[in-house]
Amino acid sequence: MEEDYFLKTENLFKYFPIRGGMLSRTMAHVKAVDGVSLEVRRGETFGLVGESGCGKTTLGRTIMRLTDPSKGSIKLEGEEISRVRGRNLKNIRRKMQMVFQDPYASLDPRQSVRSALVEPMKIHHTVSSRNEMNRSAEQLIEQVGLNPDHLARFPHEFSGGQRQRIAIAIALAVKPTFIVLDEPTSSLDVSVQAQILKLLKDIQRDMGLTYVFISHNLAVIRQMCARTAVMYLGRIVELADTQRLFDNPKHPYTHALLSSVPIPDPEKRKGLETLQGDVPSPVMIPAGCRFRPRCSYATDKCEDLHPPMLEIEKDHWVECHYDLKFAASYSD
Amino acid sequence: MKSKPPATEDRYGRRADIKYSLYLLKLNPVVLVGFIISIVSIILALISPILVNPSSWHLQNLDLRLCWNNPAFNWGIGGVFDCTGRIYPLGTDQYGRSLSEMMVLAIPIDLEIALEVVLSAVVIGVLFGSIAAYVGGTIDELILRITDIFLAVPGILLAIVMIVVMGRSLFVLTLAVLITWWPFYVRLVRSQVLGEKEKPYVERLRAMGAGRTRILFVHVVPNSIYPVLVQATLDIGSVILTVSALTFIGLTPSPLLPELGNLANQGIQYIFTAPWLILFPGLTILIISLGFNLLGDGIRDILDPRLRR
Amino acid sequence: MRKVGSEGETILAVNDLKVIFHTYAGDVKALDGVELFVRKGEVLGLVGESGCGKSVTALAIVGLLPPNAEIVSGKAVLDGTDLLGMGEEKLRLTRLKDVAIVFQDPMTYLNPVLTIGLQITEIVASQPDLFIPELIKNRLDEISTIEKAKGELVPKLQVEREKLRAKSQTNRLGNEELTRLTRLYATSILKSVRLPEPEKVFKMYPFELSGGMRQRAMIAMALIRRPKLLLADEITTALDVTVQAQALQLLQQLKEVIDTSVLLITHDLAVVAEVCDRVAVMYAGNVVEVADVKELFRNPMHPYTQGLLASVPRVDLVAEQKSIQGSVPDLMFPPSGCRFHPRCPRVFEKCPVAKPTLIEVSPGHLVSCFLFGG
Repeated sequence: MEEDYFLKTENLFKYFPIRGGMLSRTMAHVKAVDGVSLEVRRGETFGLVGESGCGKTTLGRTIMRLTDPSKGSIKLEGEEISRVRGRNLKNIRRKMQMVFQDPYASLDPRQSVRSALVEPMKIHHTVSSRNEMNRSAEQLIEQVGLNPDHLARFPHEFSGGQRQRIAIAIALAVKPTFIVLDEPTSSLDVSVQAQILKLLKDIQRDMGLTYVFISHNLAVIRQMCARTAVMYLGRIVELADTQRLFDNPKHPYTHALLSSVPIPDPEKRKGLETLQGDVPSPVMIPAGCRFRPRCSYATDKCEDLHPPMLEIEKDHWVECHYDLKFAASYSD
Repeated sequence: MKSKPPATEDRYGRRADIKYSLYLLKLNPVVLVGFIISIVSIILALISPILVNPSSWHLQNLDLRLCWNNPAFNWGIGGVFDCTGRIYPLGTDQYGRSLSEMMVLAIPIDLEIALEVVLSAVVIGVLFGSIAAYVGGTIDELILRITDIFLAVPGILLAIVMIVVMGRSLFVLTLAVLITWWPFYVRLVRSQVLGEKEKPYVERLRAMGAGRTRILFVHVVPNSIYPVLVQATLDIGSVILTVSALTFIGLTPSPLLPELGNLANQGIQYIFTAPWLILFPGLTILIISLGFNLLGDGIRDILDPRLRR
Repeated sequence: MRKVGSEGETILAVNDLKVIFHTYAGDVKALDGVELFVRKGEVLGLVGESGCGKSVTALAIVGLLPPNAEIVSGKAVLDGTDLLGMGEEKLRLTRLKDVAIVFQDPMTYLNPVLTIGLQITEIVASQPDLFIPELIKNRLDEISTIEKAKGELVPKLQVEREKLRAKSQTNRLGNEELTRLTRLYATSILKSVRLPEPEKVFKMYPFELSGGMRQRAMIAMALIRRPKLLLADEITTALDVTVQAQALQLLQQLKEVIDTSVLLITHDLAVVAEVCDRVAVMYAGNVVEVADVKELFRNPMHPYTQGLLASVPRVDLVAEQKSIQGSVPDLMFPPSGCRFHPRCPRVFEKCPVAKPTLIEVSPGHLVSCFLFGG
């Protein structure tokens, strides 16, 4: 049965050349995204989680066409968007928008809130008259929980949480269907984070949006995402329904990640299980399974052969040679 | 202790900016001096045609050559002629013209040239520098190499060649200075834009679908412009000095031209018999350059830290 | 195995600490009477969101506030001496030996042009007589370990032992010996923070190390002085979660071995739950609640603490996070009375009028809120 996916990537690669030497030859590549195939369903929040260097941000930027893929396909609602340019690309940009991590730097400091909200409408010619633009701006600012007298102000007059709301409002200005959120709450205080996450959920429900939610914070991912993919060194190593992923991880890296996260409950203090070594660099990717050097369960097979991506249970995919069972990542 | 927050405009907007500027001015009174000097020069330049007849620099009166009759100061040199008639506050030059009147005529000429050069350089710099930085690639290389060529040629030499080829006139003089000045601005703007275009809001605009032109000229350039404006204020003084240097070595349309450097130049030969001829124009060049320099420093102090807000 | 000192054994006591920052736009009343104490041998977590003043408190204690900061009043008594009353030179020596501070971003706090080894030995070389006892003790311990491993006495080492014992009487070492012992000491410290191949790390530059390793090097540089108190300011915030786990594990292991008391500053309640013995919660320049860690999470009393705990997302279960309405106040114009009152769900008439103080509501559990008296 062929399901209709909202967003689909197939064997997506993004390599950054490292130039050096006298003639600026390409000496090596940073393999930021090293073969990613995923499918996002309409209306869901799809999570991408991993540590620094795993490629989740690059994947998000590649999907948004902020950078061109080296190889592979990206399909948005059936339409191939990996190679579009010019006018076609601009039209695509109307449908997909992005919210970035740093609320302090993602707004032009010299632009008033009203001007920033109205700008996308001007670019995409969605609204023609000045009156309509102002009315839309007012609607948008209220939709994100601020009020119309904020429209005349400038970014530096707002707190981090408020700026992020403005950024979200700008993203909504042209009524997109798809939003990539790259660590949208990582720079915010925890009490504000909850407000923004709730806002995102409300907007999604009201406008029928599809989200790709990128974060390194596993707790936030658990609260927000229906399905989650764990990334390591440019590839997805595990993909499943979020609750199942967290309660029953199958990949040793996922298990290590979950065991490393401290829990805000001293009764559940368990002594965190640590993963040896450091987060590796995407320039030198180990042979065979890329997680092998840090894996406590590795065998010779793991060094010789790159593991396949297997559907180990229904809708639960793992890239590993073995069907491992782990002790609980956190006590009950 | 009352802790009622004032209206938001007080905390952020215009009022706070003014408060900050005044605070910095308080910290640095020298800047105030620079500011005053600059304003006075500009006012003088504007009202100059009212004070002195603009065509009076053509008139020579050989009876009144090199005389001094300002009672306020005695040069202590033997053989100083005493002028007849009215008091000439700064004496007369070798053509019999009142030095003070010539200087009043010179200030607008110098300032005008300086402003023309600086403004043109800013425009050229913004245009080419921002495009070079934002587009990158071969266009960047091309613009950089052209800039390098101009930087490599000694300015004075270029100016001389131009004046010899194109004739002596104020226009050529201005052009000659501009030709040596614009490369710095291209470089300055380029480095500013290079930094600014990496900022997250630029990527957000791209993701939104904004085109390159819009991002560059509506967003990036206005945010990059402050250091350029500061440099421009500083350069007003430097341009005056450069023009004065050029006229000093004789590249002037007419020896009678009321231009500060030219006046000083004419005075060299009379340094022992009529020292006021070189002293006062020289001092004025110094003061005006210093004034604009200090003003530029002050503006930089006021604008730069605030940019880090 | 270390024991946490009972009530009487306090290593650090901060009383009524008030700090104001003088800025062009006005005065920021950053700290408004901070009260806290750290017991000997414990890890006290100082937790709060951005702008609450936790970093300012740490900087005030060690005297590293910027020039526009003014300590209006208060005391910070470290083992009997008030740090705030000290002169500059004495304070510098105190920073050298008794109190160490580790910051969030090791890349900016480590000198990029010196090797790790050089930076560590620099600490010792700046005031050798403070360190000589440690250097000698360390080498003597090393000798014992070698001999134990060999199972017999080694003549060369015996000679060395005698010499060192003699030197420890006079507390003087020759230059060469000082260098050699310092190097050995530094290497053993690097080993104790679980840096692999410490001899190699000794010769490396900061940029050659990964983020986690740099953080450990910083911790090593702090611990080399065997300080009485370690201030750790957001040391895990910039780290990946697996690397953070290593750092926290290190902290716990060090707790067992070293006598240092720790003031752990963080905004992350999960880190606090994992590592700390007691917790102090700060909001807008005040400590609003203090309790043992289990007690605080089980029974938070201050409305801010309750709101904070309710807003933290958890990795082990799905729950709705509640947020605290409003936002953190601008401390140039702080709210009157209790600084939390504009956002408090349980505010009543007294709150905007008067300022509450910390009161012990149950043994070891202090709250600053009129709901509990005061």
